[in-house]
Amino acid sequence: MSVPVRIPTPLRKLTENQEIVEVDGVTIRDVIENLEKAYPGLKERICDEENNIRRFVNVFVNDEDIRFLQEAATKVKPGDEVSIVPAIAGG
Amino acid sequence: MTIPAMDNNPLFSHLQCRECGRRYPKDAIHVCEFDFGPLEAAYDYPAIAKQITRAKIGARPKSMWRYRELLPIEGEPLVGKHTGFTPLVRADRLAERLGVKELYIKNDTVNFPTLSFKDRVVSVALSRAKELGIDTVACASTGNLANAVAAHAASAGLRSFVLIPADLEQSKIINSLVYGTNVIAIDGAYDQVNRLCSEVAGKYGWGFVNVNLRPYYAEGSKTLGFEIVEQLGWKIPRHTVIPMASGSLLTKINKAYEEVGKVGLVDETAYSIYGAQAAGCSPISTAIKNNTETVRPVSKPQTIAKSLSIGTPADGYYAIKAMKKTGGTAELCSDEEIISAIRLLAETEGIFAETAGGVTLACAQKLIASGAIPRDESIAICITGYGLKTQEAIAAHVGSPAVIRPNLQAFEALIEQPVQSI
Repeated sequence: MSVPVRIPTPLRKLTENQEIVEVDGVTIRDVIENLEKAYPGLKERICDEENNIRRFVNVFVNDEDIRFLQEAATKVKPGDEVSIVPAIAGG
Repeated sequence: MTIPAMDNNPLFSHLQCRECGRRYPKDAIHVCEFDFGPLEAAYDYPAIAKQITRAKIGARPKSMWRYRELLPIEGEPLVGKHTGFTPLVRADRLAERLGVKELYIKNDTVNFPTLSFKDRVVSVALSRAKELGIDTVACASTGNLANAVAAHAASAGLRSFVLIPADLEQSKIINSLVYGTNVIAIDGAYDQVNRLCSEVAGKYGWGFVNVNLRPYYAEGSKTLGFEIVEQLGWKIPRHTVIPMASGSLLTKINKAYEEVGKVGLVDETAYSIYGAQAAGCSPISTAIKNNTETVRPVSKPQTIAKSLSIGTPADGYYAIKAMKKTGGTAELCSDEEIISAIRLLAETEGIFAETAGGVTLACAQKLIASGAIPRDESIAICITGYGLKTQEAIAAHVGSPAVIRPNLQAFEALIEQPVQSI
């Protein structure tokens, strides 16, 4: 089963400038592993050496931050959209 | 849109990732391509130290641009020439109420032109946007930033879009609309607005002040710290209390205090930085209290301090580091405490702060009461926005006018009542 993943501008050099890519996966962890297979180099941008999602990377399933769900174990289902979004300042 | 960086200002040398130190050109970019760390302006401090003096700064116009060697633009400031240099008020009446010896209010409620510290950040962001040839600017905002972007864009002749949560205070919405900006209200919380903005910024090539112009924007906050130091007679206050939303202002005031030492404007003295948040949205203060550097986001902020309602604070991690490094800490306060503090500041010092100012003073009161801030050392409290911007929050708590008939008898009857709260 594949889900669309929205790629942020700073990572599009690795996805041949594609804004949305389709990858397989049951959980966010799978999605990230499969992103790496399709677009080598992506995973190390998103995850640190200990395989945790980096501090300044936000991952959303539809409108919800995965930190409010089950983090990397969050499941995805057909019709979901995954977004990778850098942290942003503001106020 | 790729715009080549100019290199006319050798003092502002490049952008640099705060996490891994990789260097980037001075473009409209904001995150490191390798680890998503925030990019920050980097300067040639030894060269600045050779050029900058107290006398040189003192001879310049009274605006935030008097510290221009330490700001990330190439040439003369193009936007916000009159912003900054707000009063530092020696607050003796408030000090007496709090039982402290030496208290100052940095009063950014009267910042020009939109009455909050955000005029500082936007002046830098839009000056840089003009240098980069950007013609459309935008922001995600909890209100104050939107006001500042709208006003400065109008005066600079730039097209602007401001994206806000739909439930903002009416006065903040009007204070954006009046400048002829495009106000887009999003049916969602600030963090959702922000996320949309990051996607829009990538797509349209606009200058989003808090997204791709962030390295420039954020540096503007330093001027609040520079001014406090200069206005104290070139001394860093021993304790500084700062409101936190994304945590950016706090980290930048800390950077300002570090920089004035680095470039030789002051002797490096010990100081402590304290952060203030409302209990209804306190991801950074809660992390400090739990003694962790992991900032747990708040999905549904609920406080009257809407300008601080950022559930996913981008600079929370660095704010925590700055507070810990300087021996400071963080505090949080209830909505009732915010309202009491707004009234206390108004009644003792004649300064009407917005809800964020109430948060800062309420937290300062608690930090003093708990002994975290000693009573006999200098304390600066940063009040960052004007009270009429959030009047809905306070309207029901300030009483109402006494209404009388237009004759002396009625007036005397009113005045001679033994206890009357007018």
